[in-house]
Amino acid sequence: MPKPSLSVPDEPLADSRPGRLVVDAQNISLTFDTADGRVEALSDVNLQVAEGEFVSFIGPSGCGKTTMLRVIADLQQPSSGTLTVNGMSAEAARLARSYGYVFQAPALFPWRTIEKNLKLPLEIMGYSEIEQQQRVERYLSMVNLTGFERKFPWQLSGGMQQRVSIARALSFDPALMLMDEPFGALDEIVRDHLNEQLLQLWKSTGKTVLFVTHSIPEAVFLSTRIVVMSPRPGRIIDVIDCDFPTERSLEIRETPEFLKVAQRVRNGLRAGHSYDE
Amino acid sequence: MTSSTLALPLRPSRALRDHPLVTRYAPVLAMVLALVAIWYVAAVAMNWSLVRDGFEREETPYTMSDVLAGTMDAERPLLPAPHQIAAAFLDSVFGYPPLAPRSLVYHSLVTLSATLLGFLLGALFGIVLALLILHSRVLERSLLPWIICSQMVPVLALAPIFIVVLGALGLHGLLPKSIISAYLCFFPITIGMVKGFASPDPLQLELMRTWSATPRQVLWKLRWPASVPYLFASLKVAVTISLIGAIVAELPTGAEAGIGARLLSGSYYGQTVQLWSALVAAAVLSSALIALIGLIERTVGRRMGVH
Repeated sequence: MPKPSLSVPDEPLADSRPGRLVVDAQNISLTFDTADGRVEALSDVNLQVAEGEFVSFIGPSGCGKTTMLRVIADLQQPSSGTLTVNGMSAEAARLARSYGYVFQAPALFPWRTIEKNLKLPLEIMGYSEIEQQQRVERYLSMVNLTGFERKFPWQLSGGMQQRVSIARALSFDPALMLMDEPFGALDEIVRDHLNEQLLQLWKSTGKTVLFVTHSIPEAVFLSTRIVVMSPRPGRIIDVIDCDFPTERSLEIRETPEFLKVAQRVRNGLRAGHSYDE
Repeated sequence: MTSSTLALPLRPSRALRDHPLVTRYAPVLAMVLALVAIWYVAAVAMNWSLVRDGFEREETPYTMSDVLAGTMDAERPLLPAPHQIAAAFLDSVFGYPPLAPRSLVYHSLVTLSATLLGFLLGALFGIVLALLILHSRVLERSLLPWIICSQMVPVLALAPIFIVVLGALGLHGLLPKSIISAYLCFFPITIGMVKGFASPDPLQLELMRTWSATPRQVLWKLRWPASVPYLFASLKVAVTISLIGAIVAELPTGAEAGIGARLLSGSYYGQTVQLWSALVAAAVLSSALIALIGLIERTVGRRMGVH
């Protein structure tokens, strides 16, 4: 694998004992000054994510779950607090291309074919032609889109486009996947299907995933840990461990264990809301 | 049996009416015919007194139909009839060898070369200005008033100054004309490309940031391709403007060749027919240039997945 052009010392990466922290956020706060006064998007958020975890953020709109993801991605800077991503500052992690980001919209480049869309980050990072081609093949087949290389984005359905955007985020093999409601705009059936696929991907690649969602079943089905957040100020009100067997299918959503966790998430969300009213 | 015999007489007319060529060109053709009819009426009305005065000056007896016929083929009519213009146009295009000084093809080529060079210079200058404006807010605030001012000064007033100054610097012929043409046509390109370069989706820009792309990569892999539709829209506007610029530049210089020169000598000697055929040549030229850009746009569009 070619080195990123802006490389950082390899020291922290070399430490690969299990349970190594990929994200370590201490007392993160973020306030905006708007015309209507000060908004506390994040208030004193503490979060540790170990390698290989699948952590979901759930909460109502305005609870800061997307902001938290953006802070980790260095797309926004916290007002206070300390944050390390992959053992370095968020900015250094971004410059070292440590994470792949998936937005709610696929955000494919409409003038590029699917193949060229997948190659875009690889071109930017200076991979060789041969390597680019190999990766396109590998990651397209991983999201079951082999054969669509020469199609343009508009020729694909919304779900397929989102799979391309996931493949694109995986293509440069980042340690961390940041996913901001990637299936939020898709219908229930497609979403269920993609949830199963994403679970397979996570198991086969062993990546650490941070996943923002509105959907309780989605969060419970996918996660090893669920972070329940609440708005005004945006903060964490509950962290729930889910330890369902790794070999699970959508049917697990009917089991009492699953419903118990879902109930706890729902209670957390409700508690968060009553604060508001 | 009966139904088919009944349907038979209907079929040809309906087929003709629904033929793609007919549905596409019938409205255009109807419009052209209407215009030509109005034109003939106007030609009769405008040339009437001119022709009548002619008969009276020569003291020849005349009838109404003589005057009517006279309005259709006067030598220097106020408004030449369409067939006069068509005849003069065809004669000056095909009646002489293409490079003869009386050939309209020759004059069109002279103007076309200045137009194309001016268009090229203007497009490059326009894109570079747009890049500078995109690059810095300070430049935007300092450049934009000047850019707008440059377009408020009438080019007819500026053109002689350009010609004199550039002439003093030893530049004659093609280049001064092209510079005036470029001066006129860079503006829509700058305005279009500033918008085009700023057109990428915020998500696409953020993706580039997550990949820590360099500013140059953001420009070439995102902003530039995203601005292609804006580029072609402004190129189409600019190419006609650059033709106008080249023609206007030929007027104050007393140029010996070019569509502008033909217009000038036509108006100087009252040769209205020559004037109009030069106008037709300018119209044909600018339509051809726009069609060419349209063709390039479609070719590029196909490669960029436009549907």
